Amino acid sequence: MSDWYRDFANSGFGTTITKQLGLPRPAVLRRYEPGQPLLPGPAVIGSAGEGRLRKALTELLQAEGVHVQSPVTADGATDGEKPAAVILDATGLRTPADLASAHDFLAPAIKRLRATGRVLILADPPSQADSPAQAAARQALDGLVRSVAKELRAGSTANLIHVPEGAEGSLASPVRFFLSGRSAYVDGQVMSVTAAELPAEEDADKPLAGKVAVVTGAARGIGAAIATVMARDGAHVVAVDIPAAGDKLAEVANEIGGTALQLDITAEDAPQRLIEHLRERHGGVDVVVHNAGITRDKLLVNMDAARWNSVMAVNLQAQLDITQALLDADGVLRPGARVVCVSSQSGIAGNRGQTNYAASKAGVIGMVRAWAPQFAERGATINAVAPGFIVTDMTAKMPFGTREVGSRLNSLQQGGLPVDVAETIAWLSQPGSGGVNGQTVRVCGQSLLGA
Amino acid sequence: MADTSKPATRKAAIVGGNRIPFARSNTAYAQASNQDMLTATLDGLVARFGLQGAQLGEVVAGAVLKHSRDFNLTRESVLGSRLSATTPAYDVQQACGTGLEAAILVANKIALEQIESGIAGGVDTTSDAPLAVGDDLRRVLISLSNAKTLQDRLKAVAKIRPGQLVPEIPRNAEPRTGLAMGDHAAITAEEWEIGREEQDELAVRSHQNMAAAYERGYFDDLVTPFLGLARDNNLRPDSSLEKLAKLKPVFGTGEGATMTAGNSTPLTDGASAVLLASDEWAAERGLPVLAHLVDAQTAAVDYVHGGEGLLMAPVYAMPVMLARNGLSLQDFDFYEIHEAFASTVLATMKAWEDAAFCKDKLGLDAPLGSIDRSKLNVHGSSLAAGHPFAATGGRIVAQLAKTLHEAGPGKRGLISICAAGGQGVVAILES
Ligand SMILES: NC(=O)c1ccc[n+]([C@@H]2O[C@H](COP(=O)([O-])OP(=O)(O)OC[C@H]3O[C@@H](n4cnc5c(N)ncnc54)[C@H](O)[C@@H]3O)[C@@H](O)[C@H]2O)c1
Repeated sequence: MSDWYRDFANSGFGTTITKQLGLPRPAVLRRYEPGQPLLPGPAVIGSAGEGRLRKALTELLQAEGVHVQSPVTADGATDGEKPAAVILDATGLRTPADLASAHDFLAPAIKRLRATGRVLILADPPSQADSPAQAAARQALDGLVRSVAKELRAGSTANLIHVPEGAEGSLASPVRFFLSGRSAYVDGQVMSVTAAELPAEEDADKPLAGKVAVVTGAARGIGAAIATVMARDGAHVVAVDIPAAGDKLAEVANEIGGTALQLDITAEDAPQRLIEHLRERHGGVDVVVHNAGITRDKLLVNMDAARWNSVMAVNLQAQLDITQALLDADGVLRPGARVVCVSSQSGIAGNRGQTNYAASKAGVIGMVRAWAPQFAERGATINAVAPGFIVTDMTAKMPFGTREVGSRLNSLQQGGLPVDVAETIAWLSQPGSGGVNGQTVRVCGQSLLGA
Repeated sequence: MADTSKPATRKAAIVGGNRIPFARSNTAYAQASNQDMLTATLDGLVARFGLQGAQLGEVVAGAVLKHSRDFNLTRESVLGSRLSATTPAYDVQQACGTGLEAAILVANKIALEQIESGIAGGVDTTSDAPLAVGDDLRRVLISLSNAKTLQDRLKAVAKIRPGQLVPEIPRNAEPRTGLAMGDHAAITAEEWEIGREEQDELAVRSHQNMAAAYERGYFDDLVTPFLGLARDNNLRPDSSLEKLAKLKPVFGTGEGATMTAGNSTPLTDGASAVLLASDEWAAERGLPVLAHLVDAQTAAVDYVHGGEGLLMAPVYAMPVMLARNGLSLQDFDFYEIHEAFASTVLATMKAWEDAAFCKDKLGLDAPLGSIDRSKLNVHGSSLAAGHPFAATGGRIVAQLAKTLHEAGPGKRGLISICAAGGQGVVAILES
């Protein structure tokens, strides 16, 4: 899907015009391609206080072939190339006073950050602080990272990961994700990892090799992108959509070497039919992506029962029923299974005319949080992804003004692409992402809505 | 089975099927060619079973109404599909028996271990049917293209008469009798005293059965939408005896005319395909075995001089096949009798019940007997779906195989399909 304004703003003439008029200048984001190095340049790692993660981080990046620079000092002395990533280990924070050292490290480093760079802060969760002062210092990072994200330009992002004591082993997969092009449209976010048993090593180019992945709503839009990215990462994709979308579904399945399963997920026997299909054809399933969703917008006072019920049925109840049936079906959900549920920014921020939709999508967030402990017991995870303004056939039909405004109301000044949502979901589906559980990851370019 | 003298061969498995929704002539598929429809149908099958790039043993399909450009229809469709280009293919044509005959051909090669997998299919369009020019005009056109000088050409053109410019539109008529198939069926209906009401009842049940099957998602893994159509557009879920009773007869003459547009199949466009394989091939790919094709029989009758009805050949094929398998007509859990016309189905069943006919014509000591009507065409048949000639066999094979699979292992199903030219094909499936 083309972004005419972004392309214009990045043309020679467009650059001049947009600069003079002070118009937003959306960058071409750095997106993942197989075989791409983790970062297009070196990383610089610093710490605030005595960080406990710095050594492991340095080793992780070096193993990925990233050159790790020593921190830039306040006077700007550096050891060479501009960094593509600035990483702050803030696990040593004790009091708000220590934040000054975070500032000392970040300011000169970010000044030198390349286009499409990454700022990543790692810290202990405020909820586990020893003192109010320590909690304050840790929580302060929230405001810091969100503001940095808003200050960054040229497609760079800033995110924060909470790493509780004992969960250090879960860090590799999220760190790789946030530094790589896979997280292009994930910006200004705060997420947590937990301790988990993880597989030794996985094939970096095919992290989903040998996995069977179900993707609902796969005939078009975001679902088709999820199916494509999953297949690229090595999974066999069972692409599910309503029978009436079967021709498009077959095209997607044929394009990616997957299989098409025509199924209305709201049908009473849908969970059973899906389970039978998975058992018969594949002996089980490793990844389930609940992506199918519908909107039936109306102001609450004008909304009829049909609109309310159909949205709830597709967006929330079907996710609940299918997930529960998979948990109950002996041996179908394989050990280390990953379930990813598509929520929405509307479920976080609310949206006029979308009481039904926003309720259903907020429900999804509550659902994954509640289910996470039970999934963890099986070595599995369940997470949600909340897309912001994603450019699809659906948004292409929006009035020009609404679309243009909607797509610019975020720190990256552009709409995301279906592939951005897909990359995030594929990352959560990786065996190595076992330490990410019960989370809702926003893919919204740090949208102003519900931030 | 009972016959132990036969050397044991393996039975071909029916893995599944796919078809596009059937469309009444000149509606949704008016602009689609046979090749378009067959290719889309193959691709839907490929997607359902993950056959992208697969080299199968063969693809066998055909069409009854063919353009000359369709001389290699099936192979061209394979080349346009997601199957490996190294999958061989050939065309067959046996009128309305084409689809089932294709399945038998593939199944037999699998049984003989000559191939491990194959697709049988069929396609027809009555919208994009070839328009022929008359023999007179053809002679003129040939001399025109042979003419070397302008003068010769003008001379050739001058021979064209207005009357020759009307193309010969293909008709659903028997070349040897000049009668439409419906007129033949009407003769049989009268001979067997098939009433109007029982025909209408059969038609209503076909629509209701098929509509109910769609409602419960039965066709979700049998049909893939095409050109905006997700269900057969001939299907009338609200069909009723009262509505059908209002229709005027279109075949037959006078008082005795009972056959209407409601209890006869309309001209239809569509395509179907069935995936057959050895059990081992299916197991290796984690694919299901819905049923096996146990046996089949083809017969022909002399409807020109022999006094038999055009569409009565399956009646003759059946006892031969049953005897070979040591089975009676009642040994089946489901029956699929192709509804070319409601009267054909009823006449077929009446003939099997008729002691004199079974003795005189079929040479049997006792009649084959009656069929439990609750087991007949349980998910609807051609009166509801429509009947794109060569595509009907594939529809029925896949539909029956799924029905048997749902009912559990060891269930038996019978197929009976009548065809133009006085031919008929019958087959036994078993889950
Ligand atoms: N596009 C955006 O900007 C955006 C933003 C936030 C969230 N989302 C969410 O992302 C998901 C995908 O959105 P999209 O933009 O690709 O939408 P889309 O309408 O293009 O695709 C949704 C797909 O789901 C299928 N579907 C609907 N009901 C179904 C059912 N009962 N059974 C099976 N399949 C069914 C549809 O046929 C369709 O193919 C949805 O859950 C949506 O709510 C989208």
